[in-house]
Amino acid sequence: MTRRLIVVLTLVIAACVVFSGSVMAADQVIKIATQSPLSGDQSVVGVDIKRGAELALEQLSGPLTKMGFKVELAPFDDQANPDTGVANAKRIVADPAILAVVGHYNSGVQIPSSEVYHTSGLANVSPANTNPKVTTRGYLEVNRIVGRDDVQGVVGADFAAGKNVKSVFVVHDKTAYGQGIAEFFKKRAAEKGMKVLGFEGTEEKANFDALLSPIIAGNPDAVYFGGMYSQAAVMFKQAREKGYMGMFISDDGFDSSDAVKIAGQTLLDGAGTFYSTVSGPANIYPGTAKFVADFKAKFNAAPQPFAAQGYDSMAICLKAIEAAAKANGNKLPTRQAVAKQIRALKEFKGITGTFTFNEIGDPTVAKYFVIQVTSADPTKWNDNPVVQTLDIAPPK
Amino acid sequence: MKSFSKTLNMQELIRPLGQMAFFSIGTTLLLSILTLLLAWILDRTIVGQTLLDRLNVSLFTYTLVNLPQVALDGLTIGFVYAAIALGYTMVYGVLEFINFAHSEIFAVGAFVGVELLIALDHFGVLKGASLGWAYVYLIAAIFAGMVAAGALAVTVERIAYRPLRHASRLVPLISAIGVSFLLQDVIRLVESLTTGQFNRIFPTFGNFDRRLLLGKMSLGATNITFGVSVKSIIVIVSAVLMLMALNYLVNATKVGKAIRAVAQDHPTASLMGIDVNRIISLTFLVGGLLGGAAGVLYALKFTRIDAFVGFFPGLKAFTAAVLGGIGNMTGALLGGIVLGMLETYAGSYMGVFTMGAAGTEYKDIFAFSILILVLIFRPQGLMGASVAQKA
Repeated sequence: MTRRLIVVLTLVIAACVVFSGSVMAADQVIKIATQSPLSGDQSVVGVDIKRGAELALEQLSGPLTKMGFKVELAPFDDQANPDTGVANAKRIVADPAILAVVGHYNSGVQIPSSEVYHTSGLANVSPANTNPKVTTRGYLEVNRIVGRDDVQGVVGADFAAGKNVKSVFVVHDKTAYGQGIAEFFKKRAAEKGMKVLGFEGTEEKANFDALLSPIIAGNPDAVYFGGMYSQAAVMFKQAREKGYMGMFISDDGFDSSDAVKIAGQTLLDGAGTFYSTVSGPANIYPGTAKFVADFKAKFNAAPQPFAAQGYDSMAICLKAIEAAAKANGNKLPTRQAVAKQIRALKEFKGITGTFTFNEIGDPTVAKYFVIQVTSADPTKWNDNPVVQTLDIAPPK
Repeated sequence: MKSFSKTLNMQELIRPLGQMAFFSIGTTLLLSILTLLLAWILDRTIVGQTLLDRLNVSLFTYTLVNLPQVALDGLTIGFVYAAIALGYTMVYGVLEFINFAHSEIFAVGAFVGVELLIALDHFGVLKGASLGWAYVYLIAAIFAGMVAAGALAVTVERIAYRPLRHASRLVPLISAIGVSFLLQDVIRLVESLTTGQFNRIFPTFGNFDRRLLLGKMSLGATNITFGVSVKSIIVIVSAVLMLMALNYLVNATKVGKAIRAVAQDHPTASLMGIDVNRIISLTFLVGGLLGGAAGVLYALKFTRIDAFVGFFPGLKAFTAAVLGGIGNMTGALLGGIVLGMLETYAGSYMGVFTMGAAGTEYKDIFAFSILILVLIFRPQGLMGASVAQKA
């Protein structure tokens, strides 16, 4: 009995050794990191950026696997916080297996984090960052597949002018992102002959009474908010409660079904609510039907904004790594080679567009949308109609 | 009935009402006069000229027309601060330490109340509720928040403060800060495990969002309406009722006498046959009840809450308690009202008075400068010395 047990044990141990040995001897690992807020109040979008990238990795890593690489996802949670983003970035560059980063939802986090990527030559494809500074620093490693704030503010102001808005009050959230858009909006609005009644920054999250009194008193045709929905929706609701009936305009930070959960019917009252965005609902792009279906099948939920961009960013990284590996004789490429390959991609066909990067990493043509909120039901957020679509090249 | 009214100390019921009315009206008048004076002076300068160009109205008229609304908004937030500030001040009264976890006790109250309402909404109870039932549900949510927050406050005291009672004064303070961070992340953890959501949103039901119009004034080309939303009235009325009940408990009952005795001297109080530990637990319970109710009212007024919702109101309420004189109940009430008013007045008018150079975002500088000034000239706070009793 005892001998038999020993034999069995020996066999088990032997099997373990063989098995683990085979794992160790397996393919070389390539990791691609994602950085987005996976916790905190912006995690709704951040988690889906990761999921989009995860789906792309699953579906598109075939060619690399055939070359003998094992491709893995390394998700990081930047908590929408610059300090956390930079700390993660340091961990990412310290892992030699990571060859590219898909990342960041907040420009305020991407900008300092990408300084870290830049110093170690690690490529970064951004699915969502719209601040001009993301690319205007001219780093070889940093690219984005979406439009820019200096254009998004202009889109909002042009839209307002088209709606015959004569006076506007501009509010922003004091972040690089919100204030950036708000300033471009203000500039363009003044150029278009609108009266800018005020320009205010606020970090307030709950009590907007004080901020609203000059707005109510000035009674502008429109109120513009540069920032995130978690502040904007609360402010819009309180403004309506105080009797303001003008138009609300915001930016792509407003693009979350939680906005309508917070403000409900008040967004539809009066002159209504509009937001500009660099990312339309997934179904507006011609190539996303399969993506939406696959996403729903895998995660049992409809993709939030930027999930499709997460998918495309990952696809670009995989394609570039593949090209770099081929150029290196099917061996593990260097980080620098990967970064160069991304910049050199020509007419890459993604699901949200065809991408070629210019010399600073902006896409040569980006899409911008203006969307109207038409339903107080949060589940119908993705059905909000696009009222204007624009293809605009980045400013020189 | 007769004997009941005899045992009821009418004076202690009316006195706090008088105090609240006096503080509210006094602060409103004082700040309004100051603001109007400033507006009158600035009207003669470029500031008035700029506004005239922009809105076609003089700065003085602009200020005057906006005043009633600003005062009402200030009063509403002031009462919320006062209700939270009482939690800080009561604990300070009996233990002489700042319970920094109070802001999270407030947040837990808000979460329990809102989660209850969200659950009711989920079962479709809220949608078709008649007005009467809507109020029943709201009151149920407030009570749920109170009970949860009260129980939590007692637990926190038992676990994190009582074992440290005879340690040096800094130790329970650090423990309180630790509990505060712990509770924040526990809320975050529980929410992400159960609902997976960070923002919790107060469901829309009843007539709470309706705005009662009280007046209309013309301002240049536009009309300024002056009104108050039903939920602001609910916030003010509930806060007033709670403050009255608390005042009665502390000043007109036997338990209150015990609380005051413990606040003065622990050993002597225990020699008089008072169970000091029980009274301290009770103080935490009462503070927690108030904080929990304030949490639900805060959520009702401002719609969205998250795990860190307690931080700013907590900080402001602590400031209000210090401003009024920490350890003093009337002081906390006054401090809350003054701080809420100051903040709202400053936020509403600073932008116009400085021609947009320093807008609403700087309102806290103003409120906190006042705090510093008060503390320089009256280190014991506004009411600190004039009333000897602490509780």
